[in-house]
Amino acid sequence: MSDKADVWQGTLALMILKTIQTMGPLHGYGIARRIEQTSGHRLSVNYGTIYPALLKLEQEGAIKSEWGVSDNNRKAKFYKLTRSGRRRVDKESRAWEQTTAIVARFLEPTEDPA
Amino acid sequence: MRFIRASLSRFIGLFSRERRDRDFADELASHLQMHIDDNVRSGMSPDLARRDALLKLGGVMPTQQIYHERSSVPVLENLVQDLRFTLRQLRKNPGFAGTAVIIMALGVCASASIFAFVDSALIKPLPYQDPTRLVGVYESVGMIPRSNLSYPDYLDWKKSNHVFSSLDVWNGQSYLLRTNEGTELVTCTRVSDGFFRTLGVAPLLGRDFYEGEDLLEAPRTVLLSYQAWQRRFGGRQDLLGESITLSDITYTIIGVLPREFQFALRGRSEFWTTLHPSGGCDLRRGCHGLYGVARLKDGVSVQAASAEMTSIAEELERQYPDSNRGQGAAIVSLSEAIVGDIRPILLVLLSGAGLLMLISSVNVASLLLVRSQSRRREITVRRALGAGTMRLVTQFVTEGLVLVFLGGGLGLICASWTVKLLVRLIPARMLAGMPYLQDIGIDFRIIAFAALLSLCAAILFALIPALQLSTSDLRDGLSEASRGSAGTLWRRFGSNFVVVELAIAVILLVEAGLLTKSFYRLLHVDNGLEADHLATVALALPEASYGKDDQAVAFGRRLVSRIESLPGIEGVGLASRLALSGNGNTTWIRVEGRPFNGEHNEVNFRDVSAGYFGALRARLVRGNFFSENDDLTKPNVVVINRALEKQYFSGEDAIGKKIGNTQLAPKSVRQIVGIVEDIREGSLDEEIWPTIYIPFNQEPETYFSVVARTSQPESSMLTTLVAAIREIDPSIGTYGESTMNDRINDSPTAYLHRSSAWLVAGFALTAFLLGLIGLYGVVAYSVTQRTREIGIRMALGAEPTSVYSLILKEAGLLILIGTAIGLACSLPATGMMTHMLFGVSSWDLPTMAAAAVLLSISALAASFIPAKRAASLNPVVALRAE
Repeated sequence: MSDKADVWQGTLALMILKTIQTMGPLHGYGIARRIEQTSGHRLSVNYGTIYPALLKLEQEGAIKSEWGVSDNNRKAKFYKLTRSGRRRVDKESRAWEQTTAIVARFLEPTEDPA
Repeated sequence: MRFIRASLSRFIGLFSRERRDRDFADELASHLQMHIDDNVRSGMSPDLARRDALLKLGGVMPTQQIYHERSSVPVLENLVQDLRFTLRQLRKNPGFAGTAVIIMALGVCASASIFAFVDSALIKPLPYQDPTRLVGVYESVGMIPRSNLSYPDYLDWKKSNHVFSSLDVWNGQSYLLRTNEGTELVTCTRVSDGFFRTLGVAPLLGRDFYEGEDLLEAPRTVLLSYQAWQRRFGGRQDLLGESITLSDITYTIIGVLPREFQFALRGRSEFWTTLHPSGGCDLRRGCHGLYGVARLKDGVSVQAASAEMTSIAEELERQYPDSNRGQGAAIVSLSEAIVGDIRPILLVLLSGAGLLMLISSVNVASLLLVRSQSRRREITVRRALGAGTMRLVTQFVTEGLVLVFLGGGLGLICASWTVKLLVRLIPARMLAGMPYLQDIGIDFRIIAFAALLSLCAAILFALIPALQLSTSDLRDGLSEASRGSAGTLWRRFGSNFVVVELAIAVILLVEAGLLTKSFYRLLHVDNGLEADHLATVALALPEASYGKDDQAVAFGRRLVSRIESLPGIEGVGLASRLALSGNGNTTWIRVEGRPFNGEHNEVNFRDVSAGYFGALRARLVRGNFFSENDDLTKPNVVVINRALEKQYFSGEDAIGKKIGNTQLAPKSVRQIVGIVEDIREGSLDEEIWPTIYIPFNQEPETYFSVVARTSQPESSMLTTLVAAIREIDPSIGTYGESTMNDRINDSPTAYLHRSSAWLVAGFALTAFLLGLIGLYGVVAYSVTQRTREIGIRMALGAEPTSVYSLILKEAGLLILIGTAIGLACSLPATGMMTHMLFGVSSWDLPTMAAAAVLLSISALAASFIPAKRAASLNPVVALRAE
């Protein structure tokens, strides 16, 4: 376990949104699996934590849910982005990129100031 | 925005909890199924596949719990749960719930009702522009600290002061108005030109008075009150410029005052005219008939204004020693002038209601305490099952809030009726002078006040079981044998509560006793007349036909003989001002043949007919009353009252002496022919002033009253009297017909004494009952707690009498402490009402003793019931009792 990172606070929402954006409508199990896969199994995700996060996103109006049938013919609840959800992914992705870029500059080895 | 949306959706989630939970259970099931499918496909055994899926999920229950908490608002959800639980508890125990709610409602009702009056009278600002800068302006002389201004003084004060941005005057006036129904006397007011500008009131329609419009040479104009406009002109917009005849003088209507305009000092005035100073009184510096109202300049205090006006008055005194001797100045804020008299009464009532609220809350609190004792087991069990202290406290707070909400709500509904009832009980004539009560009712301020009180009560209620919680021990509460120690908290608080209740009951009983005694004294004060069987009516004669002395004298004679001839009339009198109408209408007298240094010997003067003393059954001390024949053709005579004799003729015989005005003008000099036992001219609680009675036939008036002694019930004669007057001349205005007893009982003094006595007695009775119930509860509970102990004592041979003394001693101690504290606290409490008491001091020992004895005996009797139950216990049963 120790070599796996925990999910940072607040980033799970963005991961979920990005996953749905990439994969299209998807159920909770699928989203959890996909996040694990995307991270190259380097993130330890308690699958159970996906659901409150999904609920929060739904309450905030970023996603919508609907019962449907999975690839393997199981009944499952599918989540898909709403219009405001799509806008939110774009905005938050950009913000995230910016943040990481800034943090990265600090971590780069630099020459001593003259 | 996102947060608001989420919160809203969570709040809505409160109401769809079950459906959502079921939906999520399905979702989890499908999640697990898919995971297991995948695991099996990758080669796990079905058991392992399932275990791995569950492990990865983090458990079904915790996931559901977290999901559930996110789906709605947990705090609110608990609250809803607590509310349901509380309501169930209260329903299960309707006796407790009903008692607690009713007691709370009583307290809230009393306090909210009284507060409604306090708010209307004392807190809401007067409906004028910047009302705190307005002051009442008066002259002041020895007997009358706030007396009227004379017109010349007013002009000088206005000219020489630097403290008022404006100073105006007004005085009450009644005019005769001819209407289709006959002649009516209407209440009007004369004002100086800037009166409405000083108040900051603009007419609704038309214009205000011009500057200078109050001078004699200005055309006569009139402003209408909104009510007069509606009632007499049907609210016509086009009435401006029309004319109206008041007491035979024609006025042009120039405007209508706003609907909400009120002037409490004058009551309901229909027409507002300007001064037009003329005639004997207005132009004389010594004749005081006006009231002042002024606006202070910015930064000038009432005290500063008072100081400046006093020095101006002193200057005038030097300038006009004859007329202005002893005439000072008095400036008070306008609100003080309007509600200064009733403020102390309202505050006493409010504190009484507050005490009642306190005793109610304490009573309910002790009920809750008893109940929390019996719920120890429940609490302990819930605790053992994992309920946290906070969670339990929240539950108690909820219970307290529910009780308070129900009680407070009921109390407010009750208060809205009480307020209406109380207003209806105010005599109409008094209500006219209290326009600030016209839209009294339960508004948001009253609700806020009640809510605040209730909140305090709720905190008290919630605190008690919470305290219980902190002292209770898990093991102790569960064990059967814990009964013996269960009462510690109870002993600590329960008995203190009772002491508080008893003490409050004593305070209120003493207050009620004092007010009742004072009211009794007031109604039984010697008025110098027999008030039963007296019917009175006031009349106004038109100046045109009765302005000359002989015309008025002739009319007086005709009127008296007409009324005397009516069946059931035993005597008739006329008076320029009836007994008990208030002191005032004074003159300055001087005794002939005595050294005189211009001092002002102020006395009431009354023009009365020869039959007046007989009709009142006034008592002659010495000499004679004057006769019908003492008229303008005969030498001037006068009857004086005993107070005047005592003040000016002590040690000598007044009969035959002569008195006159300050100059001893020949026309004013009169010989004293008789001394009458003091007839009360002022209100019931005022001192008797020296008074002179002059024959009506020697100084006739056009405004006066008739008083008739009847053999039948006097109220049935009122209409007959009015009809007889109208029959003589329909152009005469009559008003204020009432019996002498009604005049006494409805007088502001009697009303204020009566209503405060009744209200405080009501509070006291309620407090008394609540105190007894509280004590009974304590003693009964203590007996239950000590059942086993009593059983052991009896088994060991204790007599029933010793059981009695055991219980009654405990009760007696509480009663003693409660009564003692109550008596001690009643002293400062009654000290507050000193000026409300008449003929009884706030230290009245018999009243205090009576209150203490009444409470002690009743309280002992109340504790006797449980004591008896204890004494008649069967020891065998008692020992087994658990």
